[in-house]
Amino acid sequence: MKIVLKQVNLLHPGQKLNEKNDLLIEEGIIKKIGGLDEEDFKLAKVYDFENKYCVPGFFDMHVHLREPGREDEETIETGCNAAAAGGFTAVACMPNTNPPIDSAEIVRFIKEKSSKHLVDVYPVAAATLARKGESIAPMLELYDAGAVAFSDDGSAIKTAGILRNALEYSRMINAPIIEHCEEETLADGAMNESFTSTILGLPGIPNVAEDIIVMRDIMLAEFTGGKVHIAHISSKNAVDLVRQAKKRGIRITAEVAPHHFTLTEEMLKTFDTNYKMNPPLRTRVDVEALIEGLKDGTIDCIASDHAPHSIEEKEMEFIFAPNGILGLETQIGLVFSELVHKKHLTLNQVIEKFAVNPRKILNIPVPLIKEGEAANLTIIDPDLIWTVDISKFKSKARNSPFDKRLLAGRSISVINNRKMFFEEKFFAI
Amino acid sequence: MSLSSRHLLGLNGVPKEDIQLILDTARTFREVLERPIKKVPTLQGKTIVNLFYENSTRTRISFELAQKRLSADTINFTTSASSAKKGETFKDTVRNIEAMKVDMIIVRHQSAGVPQYLTRISKANIINAGDGLHEHPTQGLLDIYSIIEKKGRLEGLNVCIAGDIAHSRVALSNIFGLKTMGANVSVCGPTTMIPAGIESLGVKVYNNIDKAIAENNVLNVLRIQLERDAGRRIPSLREYHQYFGITAERLEKRNKEILILHPGPINRGVEISSEVADGPYQVILDQVTNGVAVRMAVLYLLGTMHN
Ligand SMILES: [Zn+2]
Repeated sequence: MKIVLKQVNLLHPGQKLNEKNDLLIEEGIIKKIGGLDEEDFKLAKVYDFENKYCVPGFFDMHVHLREPGREDEETIETGCNAAAAGGFTAVACMPNTNPPIDSAEIVRFIKEKSSKHLVDVYPVAAATLARKGESIAPMLELYDAGAVAFSDDGSAIKTAGILRNALEYSRMINAPIIEHCEEETLADGAMNESFTSTILGLPGIPNVAEDIIVMRDIMLAEFTGGKVHIAHISSKNAVDLVRQAKKRGIRITAEVAPHHFTLTEEMLKTFDTNYKMNPPLRTRVDVEALIEGLKDGTIDCIASDHAPHSIEEKEMEFIFAPNGILGLETQIGLVFSELVHKKHLTLNQVIEKFAVNPRKILNIPVPLIKEGEAANLTIIDPDLIWTVDISKFKSKARNSPFDKRLLAGRSISVINNRKMFFEEKFFAI
Repeated sequence: MSLSSRHLLGLNGVPKEDIQLILDTARTFREVLERPIKKVPTLQGKTIVNLFYENSTRTRISFELAQKRLSADTINFTTSASSAKKGETFKDTVRNIEAMKVDMIIVRHQSAGVPQYLTRISKANIINAGDGLHEHPTQGLLDIYSIIEKKGRLEGLNVCIAGDIAHSRVALSNIFGLKTMGANVSVCGPTTMIPAGIESLGVKVYNNIDKAIAENNVLNVLRIQLERDAGRRIPSLREYHQYFGITAERLEKRNKEILILHPGPINRGVEISSEVADGPYQVILDQVTNGVAVRMAVLYLLGTMHN
């Protein structure tokens, strides 16, 4: 089948590509950029994408798909549907499933389950067996089965000794260790520790719980020569630490979740559990530091930390409710509304954070917009004004604090694996 | 005269007029409590649920007695949140209670925010009887009532709350209420028990109990949680008593006029010595009686409001 994306703005920072042109895709392969003849238009399904941007497919490197174990909250299929609807052609899924992704068998199960989807799923395997922090997982075998990184997400790798071994061992395959940075003994709380937590009477988690692990991890990355990727960075000091470490040439990268640069702890005053996450929402000062970190490249990627939870669980009393919110279907809108339209990031920088850097970190080739290449594309309308409606989410869950929020900017289509998602539907191309 | 809100969730933001109205009403009920027949028919036909997810016999009994004195029908629902967690969800429990057509819910829970959440899912008037480390407004009110009863006023008085401020809902309600009523409020405790940013509430912080005793007219002494604290945020109960315990010797040396409050239950020999707990400085048992009167006032004012 042939499709034409007509008069679309083609943008790819890696290729220095920035032109308005027609794009012909045949059997999922980019056949022509420009120079289309009448025949091409006649036989193809034509999409008029004038004023839209066609960019390399976006990659969310931090999602929780809940399968296996909590298929009531999300499945690989519904999670992938949400990813496509949100503008992503690939995700990396975290290993805190039940059972956890700590065996080649589970990695293969996830690869198999997602193999027919438009969205590519790259499993992140547990760094230690059962995520217990006691012995390192069979990384070589996991890698061969399809894992792209290792993490005990949900918590940091428990001890410096085990982290050292994980970093040294993973050097053989050049895979990063993704760290959820939180010192357990300082993090027994339900929100950011501050004056606000004091007046709300909620136990607090101080910034230093994050900073201390970021510091430890930087030092061990330097010592071992391994690669550390900081997941969902949230505090100002942590951003400063990563910035300094990068200057010293240490192999460290970082991602930030949209809720951490769009919301502050002030939202907790409603006691709405949709504002309960881990790391917790921080302060205005932290939000500014995160945006600064995105601007100057200290923070390499934006990733959602998409964390589906059932309504019953999120409706629990605040201190008992689980952490985390949905992110896949709102994050492009939040990034455009809060970063692009406010002139913090350029469109090219957004492509770096969403399409280029996650793949570089995970050693996955960045799709090219070039004749002969497979079409792996996200189509964006940066000016589309829309209202978030959680009832329309493709995700199985509904735990988003952004319901009814007015956003500017959205993905209108994604193309990958000879499939296209457009106007709420998937079809083969 | 009526209150500006149909719930009592905390003392943060409650206007002075409301607190004054509760205190004045409590004074009337305090007189009722001195009569041979201590019962008034004011809340006859009203159904009140005491929803206690945390073991707190004192607060529950005080509320229950206040309800009986006002002739309300009372239902007690006591459970521990950990056991409730396994089966029925909090929301289901509340829905069941709603189906019984209740007028008022008194709630105690170890999670902050539960009373606020209740206002979203229930039509009843909600009274917070203690939520997490957040607020315990009727305790704050009865402390204020007890201070005025003894000192005649609050305006300009120096009131210090001593103990584990970071893990106390009593402290916050006291701070908000006392400040609204014009007192100068301070807190005193070891640095590990002072919560982040408390000075931003306009509260002075002491780490020296002798200094706090010397400079204050009233000392509200909080209970030290034996199980939780020893060895973690304080080295030992012995050391706490030695450096922060309220003893007769300390009071005699620094301030003979001081008034001592304690929300109970007391740990004798830890935060307060027996001599002080039973001695002339304290009003601990008056606080218990005042507690019933203040709760009657709150129940009455909310229960007779036109919703
Ligand atoms: Zn995490």
